[in-house]
Amino acid sequence: MSEIKYSSSELMIINAARLLRDGDVVFVGVGQPNLACNLAKRTHAPNLVMIYEAGVIGAEPARLPLSIGDPTLVSGALSVVSMYDIFTNYLQRGNVDVGFMGGAQIDKFGNINATVIGGYENPKVRLPGSGGSQEIAAWANRCYIMTPHQKRRFPEKVEFMTSAGFIGGRGDREKAGLRGGGMLAVVTDIGIMEPDESGEMILTQLHPGKTSDEARANTGWDLKTASRVGTTDPVSSTELRILRDDLDPTGIYLKGAS
Amino acid sequence: MTKVLSLSDAIAKFVNDGDTVYAAGFTHLIPFAAGHEIIRQGKKNLTLARATPDLIYDQMVAAGCAKKVIFSYMGNPGVGSLRIVRAAIEQGKLEWEEYSHFGMITRLQAGAAGLPFLPMNQTGAISLEKANPNIKRIADPYGGKDVIVVPALNPDVAIVHVQRADANGNAHLWGIIGEQKEAAFAAKKVIVTAEEIVDESVIRSDPNRTMISEIVVSAVCHVPFACHPSYAQGYYDRDNEFYLAWDKVSESAEYTKQYLDDWVYGVKDRNEYWQKLGGDVHKRLKVPDLMSEPINYGKY
Repeated sequence: MSEIKYSSSELMIINAARLLRDGDVVFVGVGQPNLACNLAKRTHAPNLVMIYEAGVIGAEPARLPLSIGDPTLVSGALSVVSMYDIFTNYLQRGNVDVGFMGGAQIDKFGNINATVIGGYENPKVRLPGSGGSQEIAAWANRCYIMTPHQKRRFPEKVEFMTSAGFIGGRGDREKAGLRGGGMLAVVTDIGIMEPDESGEMILTQLHPGKTSDEARANTGWDLKTASRVGTTDPVSSTELRILRDDLDPTGIYLKGAS
Repeated sequence: MTKVLSLSDAIAKFVNDGDTVYAAGFTHLIPFAAGHEIIRQGKKNLTLARATPDLIYDQMVAAGCAKKVIFSYMGNPGVGSLRIVRAAIEQGKLEWEEYSHFGMITRLQAGAAGLPFLPMNQTGAISLEKANPNIKRIADPYGGKDVIVVPALNPDVAIVHVQRADANGNAHLWGIIGEQKEAAFAAKKVIVTAEEIVDESVIRSDPNRTMISEIVVSAVCHVPFACHPSYAQGYYDRDNEFYLAWDKVSESAEYTKQYLDDWVYGVKDRNEYWQKLGGDVHKRLKVPDLMSEPINYGKY
């Protein structure tokens, strides 16, 4: 059998999809998280319920949505509600299992900065800001993020905390009374980081052919490794076919270094 | 009583220099036609509030209408950076006030409900709370965890686009309903723009779909295709190509000026704008029908 070739984006999306469980209610973002959710729905999680912050519940997009408010999300959905309802009745009330996060930086305790680089008042680089992420990170039962493994994306401590992971350690989430379980997996193109007992992100899995030295060299803090680092299952031809042929045939979100 | 006005008359009458304006619509139903009319009339010193400033506020900031923006996600949705607003903030040329989406719409909900503020649960992320003195925490009077509170937002004027409205301002809308209702009830004045003006009997045939009541509406304007490059569910598609193209236009002050000259100052109204877009764009944005099952209200 010839070796299967894939891009780093495909590798991350496929591994993120595998984290979803059948029946999960998942708060989806556009782009790669949307692909991961749709892939999971077409493989091991047919009963996945996709919620979009624009107020759409149970979306079954017939085409690749290009914005969080794409009309294809609405046609054929289970329900469409106001933004106030989605953030209160659905998210704050505790009806969301999984939140897929995005962001420019993620730190040792899984906190995310999507707001600013440089001081807030005199920003060097002004990023889009929270959107829905501040509350999703606090109240979804499990949060995941996928991001290329690069030092600048993984500082020891974010300079602006747009959304909370474990803040300064696990106890801090409890102190703030956050109902969700926090950042439970960071999927990169090298492997997967998960929180240890203290809430610190440590390397728990490597993708086939990747090494923990690579992961350590591309992380901004002194990255610990689990006592037994696992290897992720190889990417399958079925997963790739669904992504490439069905979900993103023009490669808008699948492009990335192979 | 009919409230039907031309869009230019409605903007002239109900939008004043220095106002706080909320042009509603989360990705969907964004009232671009009204934004362009505000630019053409040279309104100044506006505070522009929107969860997502989107291209409409990028253009209004570029045209010099704004002194301040209030927002919760400042990006070009699905594309990347909202270049003009972003650069104005980075260069210290524009005041801003920032919330999460939930904080922003909670402000509107408080405004719509006639409350001074509303509480939200804590999120553990305190950077924004430190940066914005409007975000405060208070004790739960019933003994639970402290809650975060944000003050009511009551814009001077809200602009809300809908699929159909009657002449009095009773409006049906469907698809993503975002913060349309909250913005309308929170504002002191409401301009409704509509794809179609329909007889009151059409509204009465489906009263559950009436999200905005004539009670709060100041003006009703018939403006088909008012949302382009945003969209109206069931009427025309979102012009994703335009959103991508704006990323390039907004990179350069010269291209941006050219755009405003050609597509805002250079056209009289939305009809002229839509005709200028041309048949290929109309065709690209056309949507096949997908009707809902009718429901039976019963004759009592």
